[in-house]
Amino acid sequence: MKRTMKFTDYQTDGFYDELFEKAGVPHEAAKPLIAKIESLPPGDLHRRQQAAEAAFLQMGVTFTVYGSDEGTEKIFPFDIVPRVIEPGDWLQIERGLKQRIEALNLFINDVYHDQNIIKDGIIPGELLNSADSFRPQCVGLTPQRDIWIHVTGTDLVRDQAGKLMVLEDNLRCPSGVSYVLQNREVLKRTFPNVFQSMHVQPVYDYPNRLLAALQYLAPRGVAEPTVVVLTPGMYNSAYFEHAYLAQQMGVELVEGSDLVIQDGFVKMRTTKGFQRVDVIYRRIDDDFIDPKVFREDSCLGVPGLMDVYRRGNVALANAPGTGIADDKAVYAYVPQIIKYYLNQDMILPNVETYLCSEPNQLDFVLKNLDKLVVKAVNLSGGYGMLIGPHSTKKEQTEFAAQIRECPRNFIAQPTLGLSRAPTIVGDDFEGRHVDLRPYILYGEDIFVMPGGLTRVALRKGSLVVNSSQGGGSKDTWVVAPSDGRAEQSQGASSQSQTQSQTQKTNSKSQTQGAKDA
Amino acid sequence: MLSRTADAIYWLARYVERAENVARFVDVNFTLALDLPHESAAQWKPMILTTGDESEFSDRYDEFSEENVVKFLTFDRENPNSILSCLWQARENARTVRDTISSELWEQINHFYLLVQHASKQTKIDSPHKFFAEIKQASHLCTGIADSTMSHGEPWQFARLGRTIERADKTARILDVKYFMLLPKTDHVGSPYDALLWSALLKSASAFEMYRKRFRAIHPDRVVEFLILDQHFSRSIRFCVKGAERSLRLITGSESSSYASPVERKLGQLRSELDFADIGEILEGGLHEYLDTFQENLNLVGGAVFDTFFALKPVSAGNKAAS
Repeated sequence: MKRTMKFTDYQTDGFYDELFEKAGVPHEAAKPLIAKIESLPPGDLHRRQQAAEAAFLQMGVTFTVYGSDEGTEKIFPFDIVPRVIEPGDWLQIERGLKQRIEALNLFINDVYHDQNIIKDGIIPGELLNSADSFRPQCVGLTPQRDIWIHVTGTDLVRDQAGKLMVLEDNLRCPSGVSYVLQNREVLKRTFPNVFQSMHVQPVYDYPNRLLAALQYLAPRGVAEPTVVVLTPGMYNSAYFEHAYLAQQMGVELVEGSDLVIQDGFVKMRTTKGFQRVDVIYRRIDDDFIDPKVFREDSCLGVPGLMDVYRRGNVALANAPGTGIADDKAVYAYVPQIIKYYLNQDMILPNVETYLCSEPNQLDFVLKNLDKLVVKAVNLSGGYGMLIGPHSTKKEQTEFAAQIRECPRNFIAQPTLGLSRAPTIVGDDFEGRHVDLRPYILYGEDIFVMPGGLTRVALRKGSLVVNSSQGGGSKDTWVVAPSDGRAEQSQGASSQSQTQSQTQKTNSKSQTQGAKDA
Repeated sequence: MLSRTADAIYWLARYVERAENVARFVDVNFTLALDLPHESAAQWKPMILTTGDESEFSDRYDEFSEENVVKFLTFDRENPNSILSCLWQARENARTVRDTISSELWEQINHFYLLVQHASKQTKIDSPHKFFAEIKQASHLCTGIADSTMSHGEPWQFARLGRTIERADKTARILDVKYFMLLPKTDHVGSPYDALLWSALLKSASAFEMYRKRFRAIHPDRVVEFLILDQHFSRSIRFCVKGAERSLRLITGSESSSYASPVERKLGQLRSELDFADIGEILEGGLHEYLDTFQENLNLVGGAVFDTFFALKPVSAGNKAAS
């Protein structure tokens, strides 16, 4: 028989902990959750964890493990103990992200038009010219409503002291929001009471917001725009998410082969002939969306799409070319970018970053490889990284050679003692490092979804949270500020009143029905 | 709706229906084997003939033993028409149209596949009757969930089109093969086995109780009439074809007395032939010939469905289709 799981022996080991101020003392906002978990009967937490995993399997929220036995599917590893974010912290995140997205959007627009930021000497022109993600095909393009980045997933971390920082921006088809929505569905079933008592801010309206943001982009004069989600197909690792978002928005999920260009418009092949498409939420990378403009060998995209886009007859989200703003070297300049376009100081700080393209910084990086995290600017998903303190001398020497060969390709950051959160490990809780990816939508205004994907490095001591590197996830609970509570509970009571009235009406009609029969 | 989506939903429904049909007649045979004398071993061969996959079977199995036949029909992934293969394909199709079908339906299909996939890992089916009953029920749940959680718009109509066409085809096959396996054994006629075998045939189509209500005594001609022409039984060929035509009309929007595409013409013809058919004439002309012709025509309908709705038309031809 399993024992009741308590946090009595839980240690923070000198890291900032997302649920505990120090051993034995939870953060104010997390108290009801901790109390709930500690009050569960023996074995109950494990049962809830298993029920949650079974629910994911049943819902088909899985990815296929290739190679081994055919049809082996796994759920994305998931820990049912949520991470809790206090209202004050969230306010800073929300304001900081809005500021950041607004500035980055102005930056991209400038980059593909006048390049004033270079002319004014704020960033070196060399930075753009040497960036792999700069798309000359987009120069002079003006997307609908001047918005380039409609959907962003920005990765945040906390350092040893608990300070929130931006680790990187993901402006090119960021993934993971479907897991946030599904995690929440499962967690609501797992901890229904405590969830309600803590006033966790809801995430369910993300698909509505996404749809509204996409519809906002429709070419002028289209009253009821047709929005579609463009996927590379069911063998893409994020296919579940593409299908899920399309379903939740009630729009078609299309593949490149479903679309054709006809008379200057994008159309999809339907059972009733060709139907015009106005807005495409594309989940295919720039390189593949139009073989006539980008990679010729792509069979995922639509030949001629960019031409229609250029004429303003279809909107693409995110706009092609946005990758320039999540180049890891450009990242280092974001504080200046915010200052330049908005004349504001950065609300959410960057992680200190060394550019290997700068000779004096390069020197520092090469001398301190054993202490720094070095990243290739064009790779993501935890690839092309050297984590100094966890690396061997041999790996450092190899990396040094790569850096010297092409310094522009690398940046370095100090190794952060990422914050941790209690995670179920066997019969105990152990601290595991986490990050946070909130999702930001830019339509009529900028919206930050309250919460986001908390990724967990499941291996002990590991700092790598990417799912491709064995990471898992947790639900993220953003606690509503206390003034929001009265309003919520009022709403709930008036709803129950309406319901009981309906019940009466129902039973009446039932009786009548019985008499008639 | 997207042509690709319509295609996937149509086939998704066909595969689920096909899996259920296989489960139904494997199950009946298990039960039948218990009541029959030792010659019953021979009863496993017709099952393979029914599916039309005889050569596929013979390529890889040496005898029509219970073990081989059941394996081939339920869990053999190399047999594209095994229950497991059908469900795998149904699920892959469902996955591509997850955005169109209700999540309840997706979860049921997912659950259905996992159920059979899990069973396939066991060395032997513990309790065949229970297992096949679960499969039938899971299939009925798919239909019921689709009916009650999806709008009865185009996607749902494509699902019904697929299901009814598949069902008509399977009823015809069961009837065709069983009839020939049963009838020539004249020494059985009038024996207790005769009624048993004809009852088994009805049970293979889940038609036993409904037949009893309609005709009571088991009589071969009546059984044939019931399964081909009955107006109200949901697995009779005529009922299925009518259902298919109804869905087709609702998809195309054309009037019942006219047609706007080859598929409507083909299906309309088939339906009206069944409306005015006479069981005496059918038997006189030869049941096998009749069913053969029917299946050929039904295949033509399937082909026309593909040409009309699913085929990826080139852009130039599309102008015509759109106007």
